[in-house]
Amino acid sequence: MAKRPAFSKLCKAIEAGHFVFTGELEPKKILDLGEIFHSAEEMKKTGKIVAANVTDGPQGDAYMSSLAPSYLIQDKVGIEAVWQVTVRDRNRVALFGDVVAGAVLGLKNILTLTGDHTALGDHKKGRPVYDIDSTQFCEMLSIMIDEGTDYEGNELLGGKIEMNFGCVANPNSNPREPEILKVGRKVEQGVDFIQTQTAFDIDQAKDFLKDLEQFNVPVLLGVFPLKSHGIAWYFDNYIPGVSVPKDLLKALKKAEKDNKGNKQGKYAALDKINIEFFEPFIKEIRKTTKAAGIHCMAVEYERLFDPLLKDYPKYVEKVT
Amino acid sequence: MIITQLKDIDEIYEMVKDYDRILIAGCDGCVQPPRSLNEAKVLGQLLELKARTQGKDLTWKAITVLRQCDDRIAATTVGPHVEKYNAIISLACGLGVVMLNKVLPKILTFPAQNSHFGGVQNNGENYFIEYCEECGDCVIGETGGVCPRAGCAKHLSNGPCGGMVDGMCEVGGYTIPCAWVNIWKRLKEFDRLDLFKKYRGPRDYRTSTSPGYIPIYKEYTNEKEVEEAKD
Repeated sequence: MAKRPAFSKLCKAIEAGHFVFTGELEPKKILDLGEIFHSAEEMKKTGKIVAANVTDGPQGDAYMSSLAPSYLIQDKVGIEAVWQVTVRDRNRVALFGDVVAGAVLGLKNILTLTGDHTALGDHKKGRPVYDIDSTQFCEMLSIMIDEGTDYEGNELLGGKIEMNFGCVANPNSNPREPEILKVGRKVEQGVDFIQTQTAFDIDQAKDFLKDLEQFNVPVLLGVFPLKSHGIAWYFDNYIPGVSVPKDLLKALKKAEKDNKGNKQGKYAALDKINIEFFEPFIKEIRKTTKAAGIHCMAVEYERLFDPLLKDYPKYVEKVT
Repeated sequence: MIITQLKDIDEIYEMVKDYDRILIAGCDGCVQPPRSLNEAKVLGQLLELKARTQGKDLTWKAITVLRQCDDRIAATTVGPHVEKYNAIISLACGLGVVMLNKVLPKILTFPAQNSHFGGVQNNGENYFIEYCEECGDCVIGETGGVCPRAGCAKHLSNGPCGGMVDGMCEVGGYTIPCAWVNIWKRLKEFDRLDLFKKYRGPRDYRTSTSPGYIPIYKEYTNEKEVEEAKD
């Protein structure tokens, strides 16, 4: 298959050889997008975060759909969205409809996901859909973008969909082999980029990136700066397959305890721990692997961007 | 086997509380755990106690049926008892309950059970397990004999998903094995990872839409060939 053109800023930046950063925004059970806009603005200001992922009901919870905030951060803030779309809640008919709607709204990136099962979320009695799986969704998107039809080959009139799409991969996966083979199936279906689940173990991450090299698709390794000990603890205990290093957990707990009642001191201590962990982590990934960039899932932790990315050049405005 | 679970006694009583003479029909067919004469008798006793606590009298009779889903067996076994009773409770799976309602249209049959799936019981395991969801489009020839539909909470055709941790599934709190890891293990054992790597396209759900109607007898005749030969 001929390589799809880079339609999105994200893919253009990767193509131009920049080491890219993407951020993450999580619309929750809210009507007010103030915090989302604020985070998006902070990301844009860095000049180093080319696009922001907008999550689609993570952990199976009923949150605001990712479509509206994806459009609004592009329209109001001017940062590109990586629109996350799961196959958990929509059948192939609804997925087609949403993707066309997203295209009309000017969205340029889709991240395809299976989606955490409804049994994990806050509507446990609900019926999950999973009409097509995320690999089939990749095939469907390839057909829509490259051939200009729906999944059944019926022509889509009035223009072309100009979008790039990616898939996810999990460096924490155990066993590893079926995960890699699955990513291979998705690559076969034409993904433009891969964003990974968060990694804390540098050796495991490097090993995983090595395994993905065979696919020749740009990979953004996921990192998750830990805003508080509570978040770290939750992540460690409730996010499938992710374990936060025990030392890091301890350090965060100590930082919070030592600075009880001193908000500024606590922030400074937590930030220091995160910088000390993630700065060399990212440098090592950049230096020793073929990763195209980092997907930084610092949700509502925008104050970390400047110190964490201080050694990287501004490149976003050069990408047109 | 059809795997079932008995409904809560209060739920059963709520359905039949307006009737004072109840026939309770066990089933000796494939329903598991067994729901035969003894289970029907115990249910009758429990309902009688429950009725007494509500100040009501309940007369009941327990019988058992070879297979409630067979229309002739159901009609001939249960039919003769019906005149003396004003409701039936069936201890069969849903098939039996529907069948009794159909072959005995003048009396209402109520379900005592929730029917879950067609499953199996492995020696030494404390579970009935769903091995097949009767989807009408069998793919296990490509997946090492492990069903990715009945076995996967997300019914994936191209798994595993990110909810797999250490070979276990996110649904059920990581206590149930991931079907796709089992498929991978099985195919690897037989050096058939080519089948694992294969992309599987979208499923045709027309094979499993409800209500299912499949002709039992098909016809074949050579009439057409004979006619053509004449021409």
